[in-house]
Amino acid sequence: MENPVKTSPIVETNTDFEVRSLDTICVNESQLEHKWYHKLKYLLAGIFFGIVLVKAEVVSWFRIQEMFRLQSFHMYGIIGSAVLVGALSVFLIKKLRIKTIYGEEITFHPKKFTKGQIFGGLLFGIGWAITGACPGPLFAQIGMGATVVLITLLSAIVGTWVYGYLREKLPH
Amino acid sequence: MMQILSKPWPWYVAGPLIGLTVPLLLILGNKSFGISSSLRHICAACLPAGIPFFKYDWRKEAWNLFFVAGIFLGGFLASFWLKNPEPVQVHPQLHQELSKYGIQDYSSLVPKDIINWNNLFTLQGILMMVLGGFLIGFGTRYAGGCTSGHAIMGLSTLQWPSLIAVICFMVGGFFSAHFIVPLILSLK
Repeated sequence: MENPVKTSPIVETNTDFEVRSLDTICVNESQLEHKWYHKLKYLLAGIFFGIVLVKAEVVSWFRIQEMFRLQSFHMYGIIGSAVLVGALSVFLIKKLRIKTIYGEEITFHPKKFTKGQIFGGLLFGIGWAITGACPGPLFAQIGMGATVVLITLLSAIVGTWVYGYLREKLPH
Repeated sequence: MMQILSKPWPWYVAGPLIGLTVPLLLILGNKSFGISSSLRHICAACLPAGIPFFKYDWRKEAWNLFFVAGIFLGGFLASFWLKNPEPVQVHPQLHQELSKYGIQDYSSLVPKDIINWNNLFTLQGILMMVLGGFLIGFGTRYAGGCTSGHAIMGLSTLQWPSLIAVICFMVGGFFSAHFIVPLILSLK
């Protein structure tokens, strides 16, 4: 099957570090083709992550207010210890050359600095404090039954779309 | 056991569990932890509108959509099976500040006094939910990641651009919490 990414007109550098397939256009992209149900393992990983977000009150509007008012160590403790465990895991994966469950090599992609990390970062920070949520918690809050957060999520999708629309005109 | 699990989990339990999501996704299929890009894939799937930023094969990134669907289900499971019967505990100073704005309801992690369907049709509600959401979507994509992609995955892989992004998240958040949020809360 032909790879549509290769034929698409994108020649610019990828500044979006979460979209891996854009980084790996011409690099040994995985040749493994799996049936859709192989993706259910990510659904399970998401369920695990969602439960932790709710039980740790990361999805709490109040916790986010406390964090930005320096009234609680809770969020700093969570992010700090998550980074420590994440960094240690990445170190071990590199050191021991751990492979994926399909025996593929695990790869890392260096991020490039753009002004977007400053402007976008500030704008996201403002929105984070207002809504008391970052993207992950938005999904969890809707699951918790706060159905009106669906509007916040839709608005975030619109925001992403508008960024894509204005991208060429914005400083990077 | 269920009683312990239904209490709010301390940071030193939850933080490492969140950190373990990084190797979990890497080992499951060489995936970089990051949530906000799911919003981009939704745009690419639903309304690419010929915009180059949305012209890519989003199906290759579909794992991310399964992951966020899981977060939604996880939110559901946690609040129905492991619901904490106690009201949300907050710092007394925050409690005092919020009571000035008429926030009394501590039964949910999402404050029902301000984040509800009726309030959506007020200026306060529009700023909180619509503008706030817009800034999340626009800002994270402009920055190339959110708390998961930059703060957790980026810092775990020692990327200095991610450190800059995280510092800017915090600066924006501090400014907003001290100057913008009180303004929005005082609207009624």
